Amino acid sequence: MIKIANVSKHYGAFQVLSECSTSVSKGEVVVVCGPSGSGKSTLIKCVNGLEPFQSGEIIVNGTSVGDPKTNLPKLRAGVGMVFQNFELFPHMSITENLAIAQLKVLGRSTEEAMDKGLKLLERVGLKAQADKFPGQLSGGQQQRVAIARALAMDPICMLFDEPTSALDPEMVNEVLDVMTELAQEGMTMMCVTHEMGFARRVAHRVIFMDQGRIVEDDDKEAFFANPRAERAQQFLAKILHH
Amino acid sequence: MNYQWNWGVFLQPSATGDDTYLGWMLSGFKMTITLSLSAWLIALLLGALVGVLRTVPNKLLAGIATGYVELFRNVPLLVQLFIWYFVLPELLPAAIGTAYKQSNPVLQQFSAAMICLGLFTSARVAEQVRAGINSLPKGQKNAGLALGLTLAQTYRHVMLPMAFRLVVPPLTSEFLNIFKNSAVCSTIGLLELAAQGRQLVDYTAQPFESFIAVTVSYVIINVTVMTLMHRFERRIAVPGYIGGK
Amino acid sequence: MYEFDWSSIPGALPFLWDGMKITLEITVQAIVIGIVWGTLLAMMRLSSIKPLSWFAAGYVNLFRAVPLVMVLLWFFLIVPKFIETLFNFPPGADLRLSSAMMGFALFESAYYSEIIRAGIQSVPKGQVAAAYALGMNYRQAMRLVILPQAFRNMIPLLLTQAIILFQDTSLVYVSALADFFGAAYKVGDRDGRLVELLLFAGAVYFVICFSVSRLVKHFQNKYHPA
Repeated sequence: MIKIANVSKHYGAFQVLSECSTSVSKGEVVVVCGPSGSGKSTLIKCVNGLEPFQSGEIIVNGTSVGDPKTNLPKLRAGVGMVFQNFELFPHMSITENLAIAQLKVLGRSTEEAMDKGLKLLERVGLKAQADKFPGQLSGGQQQRVAIARALAMDPICMLFDEPTSALDPEMVNEVLDVMTELAQEGMTMMCVTHEMGFARRVAHRVIFMDQGRIVEDDDKEAFFANPRAERAQQFLAKILHH
Repeated sequence: MNYQWNWGVFLQPSATGDDTYLGWMLSGFKMTITLSLSAWLIALLLGALVGVLRTVPNKLLAGIATGYVELFRNVPLLVQLFIWYFVLPELLPAAIGTAYKQSNPVLQQFSAAMICLGLFTSARVAEQVRAGINSLPKGQKNAGLALGLTLAQTYRHVMLPMAFRLVVPPLTSEFLNIFKNSAVCSTIGLLELAAQGRQLVDYTAQPFESFIAVTVSYVIINVTVMTLMHRFERRIAVPGYIGGK
Repeated sequence: MYEFDWSSIPGALPFLWDGMKITLEITVQAIVIGIVWGTLLAMMRLSSIKPLSWFAAGYVNLFRAVPLVMVLLWFFLIVPKFIETLFNFPPGADLRLSSAMMGFALFESAYYSEIIRAGIQSVPKGQVAAAYALGMNYRQAMRLVILPQAFRNMIPLLLTQAIILFQDTSLVYVSALADFFGAAYKVGDRDGRLVELLLFAGAVYFVICFSVSRLVKHFQNKYHPA
């Protein structure tokens, strides 16, 4: 589904990503973790072309992201993304947030888009908030709407960029629960997160990044039982004592 | 102090006989409003366009927009006005220039004043629009793109509606400025409010009344515009954000 | 097509330079008065003594509601007459030019006052509390703690306002002061070369304002990296 091969990226002399390679197959849930500044957010933004990269190749469902001929809006429409700061559109009501891309990108009818939106809102438990504006919801609620907004496009896979980092602790679980449910339904997911409990319960594989490199890419069991890289061991120890 | 106040002067027939001095005032008032509103229309349209261009990834377009803003911001309004009014007609191809110079003088004054004020203000509007777009969280653009919207769609549906709300308060002050700046156009003989005030001083020998009336007119314009814009701001406020409910 | 003839400019340079000196003089005078009087107005506006605060608010709002051209005409045509009759000046004394210059400075003070007020308000409230807690009185707290921080935050805005003010000086044209613009206009009018002189004046203003605004930006990036 997603294939990342030898991807490198630098800003001037600063190497953000070096020679990253991995892949995510259909139905797989991969958690990407690592210390801040390790390049994990950059890597996940490369997958749908929000960040350009200088060398290497990323193939999503048979389409090359870096190819200048690729229709990026079309590719992105099929890849859902959830952001750290939710990024709902503040001037639109919740239903409008859910509908806008369905209308403008997929060309669905208003009725169809509203219908789909409301179904997904119900699914994330926020049907009652349909006519409110993002600024009137809590962070956890906003992030659940953001997930619903991505799902409304019927994506073939989902990217999560630290979806719970900006949330107050008591709201983290409501978001993780939605993500867990999605994973159990077989959604292909790539999640940048520090939530090791989520990784342990839900992930199939864990990728550990440090200084722009993928230093560990393992089955979940192997990763938690015995991380090979020293940095990953330190990271896990720190997270657990957190 | 032995000044003879005479507010009745405004009701006297004017020196040219066909109107009262109050009529002079009112025609100046109308001219100021007409000029300012038509220039504001130009300023908003051009300013929005140039402001957006300053934020696009295309280096050439952004560079042209920057040059435009710098040019109109770094030359005094009076100098720009004189260039539009005295210089430009000379530089036009002879036939057009002559036709222009033979047209109705009020039309010449008004068109130079309107274009000058409009372009001068558009550079300031552009700066506010650019600042508004740049103050949006960067994630908003990414979120629009990630949903598959094109860059143009992301501007149109995501960034501009929000940036527009952010720029309304600073644009209010530019809107007020355009009324005040329109007084500069009295220097090319356009009979707007300030010019009528000056004329009243010359004709009526009642300088205090004349200038107080003109000054109060400007204050009235100022207060009216502020009240209207404040109402407008409240109407477009986004719920849950500053200024919203 | 128009044929340019720039030959009247070189000979007129000394005259234009005299005009520029007047422009700079008006600019500097207005900046100094603007900052000093503007600071006082800002402090009055923020004062808890109501009449002072009302006076400052009225002053600032009035001057900001009225076009500079009108203010200059008031101070050029009306105020001198008023003063002359009030103080029985000998008829020969011409107050009009100094009055116009003063009007310009009083006008610009209103704008400076708003910048300075925002600057004072940008200093966290805890700073005043801390100053008082150390036993300072109002004047000490303002002079030693609040104003130095406020002015540091305001420098770029004050300089930007100075550029606007420098451009505004061209409007003293309505009061027949021979500033740089007035001088350029006179030369152009005399030689029938208005096109060249106006373009030249525009270019000079552009070069000065653009360079100074670059300096301000450089200064801003150096001391307030984004």
